[in-house]
Amino acid sequence: MEIPYVVEEREDTGLINSKLGIWIFLASEVMLFGGLFSAYIFLRTAALPGDFERWASELSVPMATVNTMVLISSSVSMVMAWASLKMKDFSKYKMYLGLTILCSFIFLTIKYFEYSGKFSHDIYPSSNTFMAIYFTLTGLHVLHIIGGVVVMLYFYLPISHSMWEKQPEQFTNRIEVFGLYWHFVDLVWIFLFPVLYLL
Amino acid sequence: MSDNHNSASMQNHIRIYLMVFGALGVLTIITVLASYLNLSTSEGIFLALIIASVKASLVLGYFMHLISERKLIIWILLITVFFFFVMIFLPLISNIDHAGDPAQWWEVI
Repeated sequence: MEIPYVVEEREDTGLINSKLGIWIFLASEVMLFGGLFSAYIFLRTAALPGDFERWASELSVPMATVNTMVLISSSVSMVMAWASLKMKDFSKYKMYLGLTILCSFIFLTIKYFEYSGKFSHDIYPSSNTFMAIYFTLTGLHVLHIIGGVVVMLYFYLPISHSMWEKQPEQFTNRIEVFGLYWHFVDLVWIFLFPVLYLL
Repeated sequence: MSDNHNSASMQNHIRIYLMVFGALGVLTIITVLASYLNLSTSEGIFLALIIASVKASLVLGYFMHLISERKLIIWILLITVFFFFVMIFLPLISNIDHAGDPAQWWEVI
């Protein structure tokens, strides 16, 4: 049985179902992270003056800056992977998706060193309010990155070539829809970086 | 003919993606440099969020193609943004409401 409206747009929405679905999912993600940003504001306004600044100064700004650049680069390579498929160049798609996967592993490695640096100084989520919200927000973000890596690895497997050969338009749409998720993960980090590390 | 047209159109898109990439990199550096300015906390928050919003608009507009997206998606996002701000400002309103607490939220953050 074929899945309807994954290539042709529905007349009533003017969209393919998968694109409408991912945007509704991303809307729910906005509220998920929004709730935690709201918690951050609440905790910060209730904290002792200077407390959040004091603990934020324990974080590594250079590491987070590099990670921001890495995530931005991964967003560009993701959109380039989709553009390569639009131009019917599968080998370039593989190259750009490979670069995106590489960037996501670099991000996770840097995050690992950041977290282990905190743990080695006996700083845990339970240490104070700032660290609790820091680990919650960045931990949830890391889970999103890991989820994205799993999907990217699937689209990098040899099976992707047969998917592309059989239904190139559907495969291109799949990559576009996944790309929307990946850009959203980048978008969340764009706000997390100044809020947690710089303010 | 159509394939050539598509390819030329995508090349134009790629040029825009690379320009946006450059802009995002520059704005990230500006965000970090701005944090070293001698600003008050509220001014620092305002500036950092303005820069982050510009970066987010670039990602949404160009990488996520919102500038050429259907109205249905724009409406879904506008409704989401409305409720997002309701959720963000609720704790601030509750904080202002504290009886006997002289501190206002904009003084605390």
